[in-house]
Amino acid sequence: MNRTLPFLLTFIVGFTIVIATFSPPLDRLAVDTAVFFSIIAVFAMILGGGNLVKINLVKITRRQRDWQFAIVTLVGFFFVLIIGLFKVGNPGGVTGQVDAPGTPFFDVYTYVFVPVGATMYSLLAFFIASASYRAFRAKNREATILLIAASIIMLGATPFGTMLTAWIPDSLDIFEVPNLHFFLMSSPNLAGQRAIMIGIALGVISYSLRVLLGVERSHIGKDGG
Amino acid sequence: MQQKHFWRFVIGLALMTMATALGQSEADPPVSDTLAVADTAAISVPAPLPVTNLIARDKPNDRGYGISLSWDLSPDDTGGTQSVLGYRIMRSTTPDGPWDSINVAGSGDALYDHIGPRHEGDSGYFPDHTDMYYRVDVLTADPGVAVSSGVVGPVQSRGQWFNTARTVVFLFMIAFCGLVIWFVTHARRGKDLYVRPLAGIEAVDEAVGRATEMGKPILYLCGLGDAAEVPTIASFTILGRVAKRVAEYQTQIIVPCRDPIVMTVAQEVVKTAYSDAGRPDSYNPDSVFFLTIEQFAYVAGVNGIMLRDKPATNVYMGKFYAESLIFAETGTMAGSIQIAGTDEIPQIPFFFVACDYTLIGEELYAASAYLSREPVLLGSLKAQDYAKAAIIVFAILGFLATNVSALGGPEWLAGFVDLFQVRE
Repeated sequence: MNRTLPFLLTFIVGFTIVIATFSPPLDRLAVDTAVFFSIIAVFAMILGGGNLVKINLVKITRRQRDWQFAIVTLVGFFFVLIIGLFKVGNPGGVTGQVDAPGTPFFDVYTYVFVPVGATMYSLLAFFIASASYRAFRAKNREATILLIAASIIMLGATPFGTMLTAWIPDSLDIFEVPNLHFFLMSSPNLAGQRAIMIGIALGVISYSLRVLLGVERSHIGKDGG
Repeated sequence: MQQKHFWRFVIGLALMTMATALGQSEADPPVSDTLAVADTAAISVPAPLPVTNLIARDKPNDRGYGISLSWDLSPDDTGGTQSVLGYRIMRSTTPDGPWDSINVAGSGDALYDHIGPRHEGDSGYFPDHTDMYYRVDVLTADPGVAVSSGVVGPVQSRGQWFNTARTVVFLFMIAFCGLVIWFVTHARRGKDLYVRPLAGIEAVDEAVGRATEMGKPILYLCGLGDAAEVPTIASFTILGRVAKRVAEYQTQIIVPCRDPIVMTVAQEVVKTAYSDAGRPDSYNPDSVFFLTIEQFAYVAGVNGIMLRDKPATNVYMGKFYAESLIFAETGTMAGSIQIAGTDEIPQIPFFFVACDYTLIGEELYAASAYLSREPVLLGSLKAQDYAKAAIIVFAILGFLATNVSALGGPEWLAGFVDLFQVRE
């Protein structure tokens, strides 16, 4: 029963949404289904928070490796939870807006969370450089083609690229770096992306059909097939 | 002399102020209205020509409560006196009125879809299957100068059960589903199916073996998507296969999750995999846990695990965004073998350059079939290959038809190309 019911629900909801795509009077059902999912997600947040507390408490009580980090996690978790839930320091009191400017909750988010998140994101610049260095080494024919194409794309996006081939006569302007950049992006790159997109679309339909028909059901607790 | 002029000026100013104040208190119009009347009075607008060829019809391919209007612009809109400011849409239930103003379309607009609420209590309720009459008034800068078109109607709105604009998509979907079912049925009868090998999938066993030899864990990420997204569901399937191998080899798996629902499903998948492998006692419920729902906080948490625990293998399957390269580069620095798969096209190059094996797009969905080698699942992959072949044929035919049609070929070629236009 605990496997048949999820399968039946998947089948009914899945096919309802597929039919709603082609039948305008049913399109409301697809929207409602998304709302049901959001409602379930709200309750799941409690589950997530509970799991976080449990895992970190176990780590602290058993003095597992790096247990000190678990203390930091729990202190941060409860601190933000309390100032957000009880609206500590909120000028509007418990009826005030939770993220009103000037409240501790707002300050923690704006002056701690946002800069820390931006710091993580900015690491991407360095990682792109290190990944490019490895990827663009001309160790074989494919990597050499990648190197040449990437160089043209990078140069084409800079004024230096324009300056580099400005001497080329108008009759051969296709060979100017900005034009080569445009060609690479709009023809081979776009064609490749669309081919991948078509493949993904077919993969999604095929996989969804397997799930809806119950051929693939390992995600509901049965080894697929 | 100058003092005399000064006193004249002061007395004149005082009289003017009094007169203005008295005038305002008598008529008591707001200042802005006075100005508007004065401006309007100053503008002399000739009456524009009305719109012609007004057509009202039921809005196609909707769920009802919609009427589409189209008309030919007034000749004084873009040409002539160019005095048209807009078009006011008027509706009535009788040809003689009373008329309700529905909305105003801008000058140059020759189309308007009137879509009303479907509940009787709502303002501007729009009943289906009821006769409606429409007219369009040409508006000018002078509110007193508006020219009405002829009245069209009666017209009724009604919903359609099938969206004909999506007929081609529907037919293709039916054909493709038929193909999948046909191949799955054939596979069930025991017909041998060949599918090309995928290096990324074949590396899974090698990666689990490596982790066992090194005595280090395997890190598995289900991506940043929620549990309702197809890539995440595909990721659960692969997680099940990987966890089963992990259980068989008696090694360890770590699955940090960004979404609580994903965590719950992943816990169930891993637990089932351990049971299927005959080692339910080895399952550690704390191996699948929730980190945080925030993107870069999650990245920080996962990177911390990578650098502290140094997993032998990192598997990234599902939906990934800007964090893909941060994960993959950190994993490279930690010396892990990395296998990635995503259908997010912008992230594929990042995984491709930083990981040892990458499943590109559809390969993510094919992975579970490859891992299980079950004929029923492989059958659906065969159907995908045939569908791709059909799409290539149609793409070539479309290319030829477009070009031949543009060079003056027969009209049916343009019709053929038009069949594949995407419409709402």
